[in-house]
Formats: sequence, structure tokens, C-alpha cells
Amino acid sequence: MLKLIKTMDFKTICFCLFFILFSLIITLLSDLIFGSISTNFVKVLGKTLMLCLAAIALDLVWGYCGILSLGHFAFFALGGYLIGMWLMYERTKEIIIQAFAEQLLPPTPSEIKEAIGIQIFGVVGGSEIPSIWIFADYLFIHLFLIIFIPGLLALIFGWLAFRSRVTGVYLSILTQAMTLALSLYLLQNDSGLRGNNGLSGLQNIPGFTSFPQSIISILFLWASTLALILGFIIATFITKSKLGKLIQGIRDDEDRIRFLGYNVETYKLFVFVISAIMAAIAGALYYPQAGIVNPSELAPIASIYLAVWVSIGGRGKLIGAVIGAAFVSLISSFFTSGQIPDLNLGFIIISWVDWWLIILGLSFVIVTLFTPGGLISAFENIYKRSFER
Amino acid sequence: MSDILEVRGISVSFDGFKAINNLSFSIGQNELRAIIGPNGAGKTTLMDIITGKTKPDIGDIRWGKNNISLIKKSETQIAQLGVGRKFQKPTVLEYQTVEENLMISLKNSRGFIQTLIYKYTEEEFTRVNEVAKLIKLNKILNKIAGELSHGQKQWLEIGMLLAQDPSLLLVDEPAAGMTNSERTNTATLLKELSKTRSVVVVEHDMDFIRQLNCKVTVLHEGSVLAEGNLDHVSKDNKVIEVYLGR
Repeated sequence: MLKLIKTMDFKTICFCLFFILFSLIITLLSDLIFGSISTNFVKVLGKTLMLCLAAIALDLVWGYCGILSLGHFAFFALGGYLIGMWLMYERTKEIIIQAFAEQLLPPTPSEIKEAIGIQIFGVVGGSEIPSIWIFADYLFIHLFLIIFIPGLLALIFGWLAFRSRVTGVYLSILTQAMTLALSLYLLQNDSGLRGNNGLSGLQNIPGFTSFPQSIISILFLWASTLALILGFIIATFITKSKLGKLIQGIRDDEDRIRFLGYNVETYKLFVFVISAIMAAIAGALYYPQAGIVNPSELAPIASIYLAVWVSIGGRGKLIGAVIGAAFVSLISSFFTSGQIPDLNLGFIIISWVDWWLIILGLSFVIVTLFTPGGLISAFENIYKRSFER
Repeated sequence: MSDILEVRGISVSFDGFKAINNLSFSIGQNELRAIIGPNGAGKTTLMDIITGKTKPDIGDIRWGKNNISLIKKSETQIAQLGVGRKFQKPTVLEYQTVEENLMISLKNSRGFIQTLIYKYTEEEFTRVNEVAKLIKLNKILNKIAGELSHGQKQWLEIGMLLAQDPSLLLVDEPAAGMTNSERTNTATLLKELSKTRSVVVVEHDMDFIRQLNCKVTVLHEGSVLAEGNLDHVSKDNKVIEVYLGR
């Protein structure tokens, strides 16, 4: 452990300490101790941390390797679906076993299965448990699948796209098509994942049913903090290595790297897969805090928002991506929550839920025009100038 | 003198236009060779074919002592065999420093697991310093490559190729956009380099080629028109007609 800390640079240590301190303060202020912030808000913060991790994942492929993926929420939501299947299955099983407990005859395993099927799939007019739910009873297999399935999807998609030398905006359109296709597939009732209902009740953790949500929300906050810190350390390690310099070279001039004897496609694939896995892990921790995952989560617009956050924060810098995601998503949920009263200007009534998007669009334009390196480079410039004086 | 590269009767056409037409020539070990020709003679296409960017329709390219065919190999594999290429437009990693540009080019691990955990050795740092000295950029190792002058970028790219340590160096219009003194320096550098490896220079500029003082191959409409030293080819009637006499 000490050895690991020694190899970390100053920025990384500051980052880790900041987020540990942040979670400590939130824990103290939560319903568990002082009760000054609500359980719901703790969940919002936990979710925000996972959006930050997704932003780091996107920054790795876009900011460092130049691959603008507009489909990263496909991996994010897949992570959510894969943990959601286990959560929902186990939770339903618990309820059904409880219900059967009142009967005289103990239920047979097939009876339990049948009841679970009706309970989960009744809403889409089915009662059979689809074959993709075959491992839903096993947590460890599903934890593995959270890494494996999005990773495999990224591997196949990336291999096909990079091998044909699809780059730039064409690649972005392809990734967009990927997430749209997946979202349309999941919308079907016979996809085996409850169509547009998605998976719900994910905030109830099997085995922890006696725990109140105030405790569960804090546990997830800490798990999210840990995941974000680990993700940041791994991403820093990658970007600081020779491979990190190489992928930045690929971003700047793909042909130069290729004619130096590096297999550009392999490097792109590696970064794309790592990034997809990071996004999936972020999603697997996000959706239990959100409580529900459905196909609208994969809508192309979600992935575009992610790209906007990264670019407002500052792409090509990991901290920039984190700042962008945290800042913009928190302000965004503030404006769209309906808590702020509408602004009556006489000739027009500004309702923030609608106008927020216009503000977001404007600030995106302003940042792109005046500080292309994002908020982080604006801060850096101000800091440098005041330092020079 | 055994040949390092032998091009045997290659042809390639784009949409019916024959860019290269039954072209054959060979480059010897540690030879310095200039390739000239009017626009559209197929000089850059020839470079593309040797480095694997373009595949020829027919013909073969043989490499090194073991006569390996380069036709089926990818750009990456050909570069790993020891063919270095300098592009017409200076192509360096604009957002990285001079030192980082050179470090990345060094001949070492090319697999992605190795590069993830790769640690540069002392010798490699020394080597980078040597190369930087040779291309006269050793005082500005920490400058971002994008801020260099055009000539310096050209030199940096040559430096990257040196760090890569290829046995054959293909150089596309190295003197373009350079001042007279930079040209002279570049010619001296290329001559120096050809002592330890083969160098092929594609160039328009006749004065520059005179400074190189080497065997010249004249291309026209995708095939070899004449070959020999510069004085010899400039007396050739066909060459005068298509190129010099215009």
C-alpha cells in the first residue's frame, strides 16, 4: 500500500484525499448522524460520482485517443442492466419465499421459479424466465458479466470499425447508431429485459432488506467514491505510461505512429475496451442508486450530454472531465428538478426546465469559443497569470 | 553491394489511371539515391507502395538479405522490418515535446502490454540526446513540437526516423520550405546518414540533388525513364524533353 502511494503523483493524492474527505463530510451530514441532508440528495451525489467516472472513461478515448464515442451510455446502461438483473431476481425470490412461508407445504424450486417469472415478466405478458436470465441467481457471475459483456461489445464493435479505418465524425456516427440500435432492441417486449419498463426496484439490495435506505445510500456513496478513485488512478497510470503518449500521438497524427511501426488499431482497441469497461462499472454502481434502468437511458442524447460535460470541463485532462461532469450534471438536476420558480419577465415566462437546455447549449458554445481547453484550462490560465504577477 | 530493396515490375492504377506502370529498380546497402520526376510521375505513390499504404496490382517488392516479399505486409510490419518514412508535409506529434517525439520513436517494444509498463533506460535517454544534437534541437528538448519552425519540424521528423533506426530511410521532399543554409545542412545530414543505412530521397529541387551528389532515378508516367549520376541523366534527351526542358 505504501509502495503504491509512493508511485502516485501529487495530483492523484490530492484527488483521492479530496473525494475521501467529501464522502466523510457527506456521511456526517446525512440522515445517519446530523441529518442535514436528505437520503435522496446523498443518492444524487453518489450518482454524480459515477457520472464523473463515465466522464473519465470518455475522456480516455476522446481526450487522449481522439475517438469521439457518442455511444458510451450504451456501456453505462449495460452495466446497469447486468447488475439490475441480479438485484431484481434475488429481491423477487426473497419476497416469494416469504409469501410461500405461510403455506403448510414448502414450495418446490420449480414453483419458486414459476412465481418469479410471473412476478417479473407479467408486466410484458410473459411468465417464462428468458434464457439470458440463466445466471441471475449468481452474484459473482453477474459481477463478471458487468466487465465481460460491455468489454466484448466494445471489442467487436471497435475491431470492425478500427480495422476498416473508420475515423473522425464517421466513427462518432457509428457509435451513435450502436447505442440507438441497442436501445431500440431493449424496447421490445420480447428482448427478455422487460421492454420499456426496464428493470426497477433496484434500490432494494437483496440480503440488506432490513437496512433503511439511509444506510444503503451511504454504502453506495462510499462504493462510488472508491470506484471513482480507482478509475482515476488507473486512467492516470495509463495516460502517464509510454502507451499514454502513444495514444495521444494517435490522436495527433495516426499515420506518424503507424509508420513508426506501432499497430495503431490494437492501441485504439485497447483504450476503447478499457474505457467501455470503466463506463459499465460506473453504470453498475449508478443504477442501484437511481432505482430503475430502462431503454431511454441508452438514448443517443444521453451519450451526447456526456461528451458535452467532458468538453465543458476540459478534455485531455482527467480532472477536467471530472469537474465538467460533476458541475454540469449537478446544476442540470438543480434546474430540471422544478424547485426554482419560473421567472416572469412580463412578455415571456421562463420556465427553467425548458430554458436550462438553452443555457447549457450557450455555455457549451461560450466554452468552445473562449476556452477550447474547457473550464480546467481557464482555471489554469488564471492561476498562471496571478502567479506571474 | 547486395540490394536491400528490389522493386520488380510493379503496376498500380487508380480508376483506370496508371499511376505506376511496370516499374523496376533496386536500392543497394548503404546507398544514397535520389528520385526525381515531374508532378504525377508517381514518386509519392511509389513511396506509398514500398511502405505498404497502397497495394500494387501486380509485381513484387523484395526486402533485405532473406528476400522477404513486402507485398502482403501491413504498414506496421514493414516499418518494424526497418523501413522508415518521412512524409512530404512535416508530420510530427504537434502536442508533444521534442523529447517525447523522439522517445516514442525509439526502437523498442511495440506491443501494447509492453508499452503500458515500459520504462526507458539510461542508454535510451543518452541516445535521444545524441539524436537531438544531430538534428540541432538539443537545446529545446522541452519545446512543444507544434511551436517549432517549418524547417525544425522537418528535422525533428528526420530525427524521429533516426531514433527508430531503420535500415532504409525514405525521405519525401525534405528540402521543401527550407532556407538555403537549412538545405545545405539537410544535404550534409542525409549524406552522413547514408554511411550507415540506405537513404532514398524524393525531391524536385535540382540544386539540392546536386548537393547530394548521388545516383539519380528519373521517373516519368509511372516508370523509370533514366538512371545514373545527375550529369548523365541531365544530358539524356528523353529526360530533357519531359522534365528539364519544360
